[in-house]
Amino acid sequence: MAKKTFKWSNLYLLLVFALLYAPIMYLIFYSFNDGGTMTSFTGFTWDNYTAVFEDSRLMGIVLDTLLVALLSSLLAAIIGTLGAIGVYLVKQRKTRNTLLSMNNILLVSPDVIIGASFLILFTFIGFRLGFTSVLLSHVAFSIPIVVLMVLPKLQEMNPTMIKAAHDLGANNWQVLTKIVLPAITPGILAGYFMAFTYSLDDFAVTFFVTGNGFSTLAVEIYSRARQGVSLEINALSTLMFLFALILVVGYYFIQQYSINKKHKQQHGRKGKEAVTLL
Amino acid sequence: MKQTKAFYFAPYSIWLLLFVVAPLVLILYQSFFDIQGNFTFANYATYFQSGTYLTMTFNSIFYAFLITLFTLLISYPTAYLLVKTKHKQLWLLLIILPTWINLLLKAYAFIGIFSMNGTVNDFLVFTGIGRQQILFTDVSFLLVASYIEIPFMILPIYNALEEMNPSYIKASSDLGANNWETFRRVIFPLSLNGVKSGVQAVFIPSLSLFMLTRLIGGNRVITLGTAIEQHFLVTENWGMGSTIGVVLIVAMFLMMLVTGEKKKKGAFRK
Repeated sequence: MAKKTFKWSNLYLLLVFALLYAPIMYLIFYSFNDGGTMTSFTGFTWDNYTAVFEDSRLMGIVLDTLLVALLSSLLAAIIGTLGAIGVYLVKQRKTRNTLLSMNNILLVSPDVIIGASFLILFTFIGFRLGFTSVLLSHVAFSIPIVVLMVLPKLQEMNPTMIKAAHDLGANNWQVLTKIVLPAITPGILAGYFMAFTYSLDDFAVTFFVTGNGFSTLAVEIYSRARQGVSLEINALSTLMFLFALILVVGYYFIQQYSINKKHKQQHGRKGKEAVTLL
Repeated sequence: MKQTKAFYFAPYSIWLLLFVVAPLVLILYQSFFDIQGNFTFANYATYFQSGTYLTMTFNSIFYAFLITLFTLLISYPTAYLLVKTKHKQLWLLLIILPTWINLLLKAYAFIGIFSMNGTVNDFLVFTGIGRQQILFTDVSFLLVASYIEIPFMILPIYNALEEMNPSYIKASSDLGANNWETFRRVIFPLSLNGVKSGVQAVFIPSLSLFMLTRLIGGNRVITLGTAIEQHFLVTENWGMGSTIGVVLIVAMFLMMLVTGEKKKKGAFRK
């Protein structure tokens, strides 16, 4: 009896996985179609891939998207780490909880609200929409996740180490670079990675603050998809799937590198499940 | 010591002020202005008096509720079974992987799958039901939205189940409970926090999926998010858009009050 139920459960899991991957596989399958539609497969071709690489506008957008992702996650990692150390140094519980609640506002806000309110903000201070406004927005919505990734590492750190370092004559800078930073590096890396993927994945916020001249991949796909099916998008999504696969493997190794097992599963939509919100 | 604190806090507090506090204040401020830039309460009056906006809000909440329910029904058993598998970490990674594919690409795939000559319709013809208009209907919106949200529901439930002390389950069966009783009285109550954060993670974004209503729902479904996008980027009536935004923010806080648990321990120690 036990054996039978075990089999049923495996079947259920397989079905769920099939469901999760079917649309992605569907996209990949038709990226090799030479028929030009996503419904009838007429023959195998690489044409859609060469079309992607020959489309200089699209390649430019891919590079822009990567640039925004790299820069925004780097800036978010720096500001977020400093912020996490700051929050860690606050000893009053009330102030700390207030800070953390404020930190989480952007994590729980719907994208549309973030996008619309940032659009008002940029217009209000007279900031021109374009690359910089997109970059600043991405930095802004990535900072809280970095804080959430770094803070547990700080709390796990043995505070007597810092005292000992001070007693032995280290100045603040030495304490930071020799004691604190090495201890929290896995958290910073994880935060950087999450920020990077948020940036790559974002559509709604970018859509609001991008203006006319600048475009990221998600925005471009949206406008192309509204015009109908083009197999170039399929080819591009196949490439992006491979890229995501590489990133996941990379992230997996960073997680493995992280010493603490307990926080292994802290990812997912904007870290919400990790936070469980006060 | 004070100085170092200031050093750590400087960039972070600028961020807090500029990108957390200011946008919230500004969206509230903007909601009191009409399209000509005059101060007015008319946006709120319009919102609460015209049936259209209230119906739209009700529909949006109803759709979000359905999406949350569907994802929960599929995700809970999945998470429950995942915890019991051998290579948990690997399976979990495979659940996470699709979330790293851009949402728009997944939506785009469904344009093909649900189209008149698409796979689903071929299957319907094969089973004798015949071709149906699937794309650009409410059903297609619900299905695609649920599909996209499933991993975000699985993860928190998985985490909650994974953290559970297995000795409780043993204790329960030692005390004579059968499997169903153990599940109902021990496992499910203990995983409730995961369910709550999953509901939070799915319900609120489901209110604002404007790209899906446009690409898949064919503008038949109008969520709060669609209305905000429409007012900000199409009709340029920012005041009305902000008013709906304020309503959405209030809905978000209500949702968090309902599902949020009061933890006595430090907020972030998991």
